[in-house]
Amino acid sequence: MAGAFDNVKIARKVTRPTALDYINHIFDGFTEFHGDRLFGDDKAVVGGIAWLEHRAVTVLGIQKGKTMEENIKRNFGSPNPEGYRKALRLMKQAEKFGRPIINFINTSGAYPGVGAEERGQGEAIARNLLEMAELKVPSISIIIGEGGSGGALAMAVTDRVWMLENSIYAILSPEGFASILWKDASRAKEAADVMKLTANDLLKLGVVEKVIKEARGGCQNDFGFTANLLKSKLVIEIDTLCAMPIEKLLEERYARFRAFGEFSE
Amino acid sequence: MPKFKFPDVDTLKSRMSELKQAAQKDKKPEEEAIPSTSIKCPSCENVFDKKELGMLKICPKCARYFRLNSKERIRLVADEGSFEELDSTLNAKNPLNFPDYEEKIAKMQEKTGLKDAVVTGVCTIGGEKAVLGVMDSGFMMASMGSVVGEKLTRAFEYATENKLPIIIFACSGGARMQEGIVSLMQMAKVSAAAAKHSKAGLLYITVLTDPTTGGVTASFAMLGDIIVSEPKALIGFAGRRVVEGTIKQKLPDEFQTAEFQLEHGFVDIIVTREEMPIKLRDILRIHSGRKDGAR
Ligand SMILES: [Zn+2]
Repeated sequence: MAGAFDNVKIARKVTRPTALDYINHIFDGFTEFHGDRLFGDDKAVVGGIAWLEHRAVTVLGIQKGKTMEENIKRNFGSPNPEGYRKALRLMKQAEKFGRPIINFINTSGAYPGVGAEERGQGEAIARNLLEMAELKVPSISIIIGEGGSGGALAMAVTDRVWMLENSIYAILSPEGFASILWKDASRAKEAADVMKLTANDLLKLGVVEKVIKEARGGCQNDFGFTANLLKSKLVIEIDTLCAMPIEKLLEERYARFRAFGEFSE
Repeated sequence: MPKFKFPDVDTLKSRMSELKQAAQKDKKPEEEAIPSTSIKCPSCENVFDKKELGMLKICPKCARYFRLNSKERIRLVADEGSFEELDSTLNAKNPLNFPDYEEKIAKMQEKTGLKDAVVTGVCTIGGEKAVLGVMDSGFMMASMGSVVGEKLTRAFEYATENKLPIIIFACSGGARMQEGIVSLMQMAKVSAAAAKHSKAGLLYITVLTDPTTGGVTASFAMLGDIIVSEPKALIGFAGRRVVEGTIKQKLPDEFQTAEFQLEHGFVDIIVTREEMPIKLRDILRIHSGRKDGAR
C-alpha cells in the first residue's frame, strides 16, 4: 500500500497544474484584478471575475510557479498579508454584486518573512476567517495541491471544501511536524501517515465534502480529465448553493465549522 | 458640565493594596509548605527568592514580567469571588490516534490541576460583568486543540446569548500538533463564533500576553474590537526561528514584541499588569455607557 508521503510528493510536483491552469480551463472570460488597496499586489494570490458557464462568479487562487523565474515572482505560492487582503477585498466585492466565490488553494503556507510579520500576517489571516464566515454569497474552495495550515484556511472558510485526490491539507508540513514532535525532520514519512493529511483521510474526518479523481500518478498526467470532472461538479454544486436561502446557507456554514473537535464532557 | 475625573487613582490604589494584602496572606501557608526557592531572572540575571515576585509576578529588580497561570491571572483581574467557571469538565480526546497523546494530557492535567489550556467563565471587573477566557501557557504551551477551541467558542456563544462583553487573555505556542487538522479547524470555529458576537454589536477585548503566536494570533487573538497587550509580550504569527531561517540572519530583539506590534498598528494599547483591571473596567464602562458603573 502506498503511504501518505506519496501524496505529499505528488502534491508538491512542480509539474502539477496550478490555480491559473484550472481557472483558465474551467471558466470563460477570466479578468484578473490586482491589489489590496492598502499596500500592494501580491502575485502569490490571483483573483478576478469570470463566467462559470452562464453564471457570473468571482474566482481566486493561490498561485505557484512552474519555473524558477515564475516561482520567484509568485513567491513559491506563499502569500504575504496583502495577498489575503486582496482575496478578502475581492470576496467582499463578490458579496456586493451577489456573485458566488470559487477559491483554488495551493500553498505550502503563509510566508514567514519579516515584512509579512510587520504588516500583520496573523491579522490578515484572522480577518479572513471572521469575514468569510459571514459572507452572504455561496462559496466553494478546492485544494488542488498543498493546503498548508492557516495560509490555506484563510481562503477555505467556505460552504464546501473539496480536494483533488492527491492533494494534501494539514496543520504543518510533515517535515515540520516531525521536527516539532519528534525533534527529527527525517521522520517526515512517518509523520505524513499519522497526520491524516490525504484527501481520503480528510473526507472521512468530514474536513472536506468531496474528493476529485486524478489520473494515475497525478493530474499532470491527464489534466483535462480532472479539470473537466471538477468543472461539471462545480456547475452542479454552485447551482445547488445558489438556490438556497442565504440565511440557511449561513446557518449551515456556521454549523459546518462549529462541528469540528473531539472531546468528552 | 460633567466633572472630569481622571485618572482614577484612588480606586487603583485601593485595588493595589487589596492585591498586596492578598499576596501577603498567601505567603504564610507557602512558607510552611515549600521551602523558599531562589530563581534567576532571565532578563537581569538577578537571583532572588521566588516569593519576592509577589502576586503580579514581576522581577523586583528589572520589572520583567514572569508568566502568570490562569488562576493567578483570574485572581488579578476579576473582582474577588466573582468568577464562575463555565464548561469546566471538557476533556481532550485523540482525533488522530496520535501515539501517547492521552498519556501526555493526563500528565499535564496532574501537573497543572487543569483539564486543558484555557479556563472560561463569567466575572465582574470593577463591578462590570463580562465573560472571561484565560489561556494557560503551563498546559502544553497553551496550544489550541479541540477543548480550547470548544470552550472559547462556547464562551463567545454564551456572551452573545447573554448580551455580554467578552475578554480573552491570549497566550499560545500555536496549534495543538497532536490534533493535526482538527486543531487547524478550531481557528475557523472560534473566529466564526467571534463574528456572531461582533454582529450582535457586542464588545470583544483581547489581551495579548507572552507568548501569543501561530494559529491563535492568526485567529481570535487578532480579532478584538480592542487589542490590549502586556508590555514586552512576544506576539507574532511565524516563529522567530522560522523567520530567521527565511531571511538567513538574526532578528533584532524588539522583533515581534508588544511594542513592535503597537508601532506597526496591530495593538491598540499596552497596559501594565498593575493597571490592567482598572483599564479593563474603564473600557467596559465606556461601552456600557454607565460612567459611574453598574447599578
Ligand atoms: Zn529581572
